[in-house]
Amino acid sequence: MSMTFIIDALVTVIGITTPILLAASGELVVEKSGVINLGVEGMMLVGAIAGFAVTFETGNPWLGIVIAMLAGAASSLIFGVLVLSLGANQVATGLALTIFGIGLSSLIGSNYVGIANDPLDSPFPDDLAKDAFWRIIFGHSPFVYMAVLLVLAIGYFLNKTRAGLVLRAVGENDFSAHSIGYPVIAIRYAAIAFGGAASGLAGADFSMVISPLWAEQMTAGRGWIALALVVFAGWRAGRLLAGSYFFGVLMALELYAKASGFAIFPSQFWAAMPYLIAVIVLAIISSRDGKGGKAPACLGKPFIPNG
Amino acid sequence: MSKFTRRDFMATAAAASALPLIGASAKAAEPLKVAFIYIGPVGDYGWTWAHDKGRKEMEAALGGAVKTTYVENVKEDASAIPILRDLARQGNKLIFATSFGYMDQVMEVAKEFPDVKFEHCTGFKRAANVTTYNSRFHEGRAVTGTIAGTVSKSGVIGYLGSFKIPEVVMGVNAFTLAAQAVNPKIQTKLVMIDSWFDPAKETAATETLANLGCDVIATHTDSPAPLQFCQKKGIFGFGQGADMSKFAPKAQLTAIQDIWGPHYIARTKAAIAGTWKSEDFWDGIKEGAVQFAPYNASVTADAQAAANKVIEGYKAGSYDVFTGPIYDQAGTLKVKEGQKMGLGDLATIDWYVKGVQSA
Repeated sequence: MSMTFIIDALVTVIGITTPILLAASGELVVEKSGVINLGVEGMMLVGAIAGFAVTFETGNPWLGIVIAMLAGAASSLIFGVLVLSLGANQVATGLALTIFGIGLSSLIGSNYVGIANDPLDSPFPDDLAKDAFWRIIFGHSPFVYMAVLLVLAIGYFLNKTRAGLVLRAVGENDFSAHSIGYPVIAIRYAAIAFGGAASGLAGADFSMVISPLWAEQMTAGRGWIALALVVFAGWRAGRLLAGSYFFGVLMALELYAKASGFAIFPSQFWAAMPYLIAVIVLAIISSRDGKGGKAPACLGKPFIPNG
Repeated sequence: MSKFTRRDFMATAAAASALPLIGASAKAAEPLKVAFIYIGPVGDYGWTWAHDKGRKEMEAALGGAVKTTYVENVKEDASAIPILRDLARQGNKLIFATSFGYMDQVMEVAKEFPDVKFEHCTGFKRAANVTTYNSRFHEGRAVTGTIAGTVSKSGVIGYLGSFKIPEVVMGVNAFTLAAQAVNPKIQTKLVMIDSWFDPAKETAATETLANLGCDVIATHTDSPAPLQFCQKKGIFGFGQGADMSKFAPKAQLTAIQDIWGPHYIARTKAAIAGTWKSEDFWDGIKEGAVQFAPYNASVTADAQAAANKVIEGYKAGSYDVFTGPIYDQAGTLKVKEGQKMGLGDLATIDWYVKGVQSA
């Protein structure tokens, strides 16, 4: 195995991990505030079509990225109004948001089937990424850098800043946070919108980099993997970063093993392996330090202030 | 035409099933209701898109004589049964099920509705009211394999597959055998991604094959994403199901175009005329069911000549890629020199030819 090959394989891993990491990072913030939004898949699709369409119409991919984030945030706010202001069930509303996102993106996207954009390349000059070693640092789409920066920033925000502490307080004990004067509902709205923007960004990665085209349901269930990863990571940013890349390695390993002719396991086993290992690792983590699966205490519960 | 997703369908099925009661006093020349179930979205620009194009052509050709419905994103599991059943209850008299994995579900529902005609695409189980139809896609694979074998510089070509089912296995084999006919040293690396439609996984798998040295990669999944990756990477591929040159003009050497319209028109006409009976259709290049997009500039004159020879050979009936001697991966002689594999053997094939590297 040559150096170039290993680097190329790592590029594959980074490519498949990035959208999942983006969506999961956003959902982490939402869940830390005590809200579970199962609409990630739907918001990703809305972001995917928004990013693709705006890039196609204006020729400006950066505008496409911004609009994708706004579209993801806007669709998440529909969810926000229903669960925060109207007290609707979060699980049911989140599922409805996924179905809505699939439908809305298909409707808008019907005009964009059969069109291709140029893929969004590395923001660095080509010369920097010529050499295999430097390619691993400079050879990626902007989404890759945004994903890593985003999850690190979230980790810092949640653990090192006062605002992050307030957000966690809202997620752990909403009534206490309310009684000492924090605007629980407003904070949750902000968290939901942030999660929506991150999902929209994740969707745009699909339609602007991974395969710069629009196809209905092109995210093919990645939103659900992102949701699972938040649990898998035990609601911690550092573990989310490591866990997402671990997942990406397993997915790439499946492809490389198959293409190299490793016939040890049947194909279906390879496809199931990431999930299998996720369950095992999760079980080990939670049994070892007792913190692995600690969800925010108010997760999924509606907050109705009493007076 | 009415468009349903699977979910809309489930929601409205109950209400719709009451409709036939209201409309019981039908006019004499009521249009024939024809339904389709699709594995993917009609916007996949591949397999399902090609079937839906066929449906539209049929609707345009028959005008007011038909009324078509489709349900997209139907999974290949037990959930297809209630969908087929409800389509039959809604008065559809001819139902096309357009993926291999609907086979047993079609057989089950067909038993319950003997007066409804079913057509199952790419399967091999038939009944009095179940026809099977397929295209000899492997002929198209023989043409693309010929081009791949000529164009490849590394001598290693890739095949991005979905599932290990006969339709895909014969594609891999035809592609490899044809490539070996022009370059005996050709090796094919095969990846099955356990999905028909997943652009991100298709892209990652194509990237994997490229990293392992493949410089021409054929796809047997449904989106143009692999071709877009080939374009970015400066390697080559083939459009699958439809002309995908818009997505990757440099990378797409040619495309295998699935042409279903004529079959849908002929069979719907037969159903209206009352001449429909259970048959097994397997059309190919000769009948126009498998066609090719124009070659791009990277298909050398040699490759064009070799590919055209295969196409003409299929039209004249003088060429068959599955002509012996054919060895399996372990080197066992499976088809003797001069013998040919029959379509019946191909329909259940589950072994790869020598030179295919698979997991």
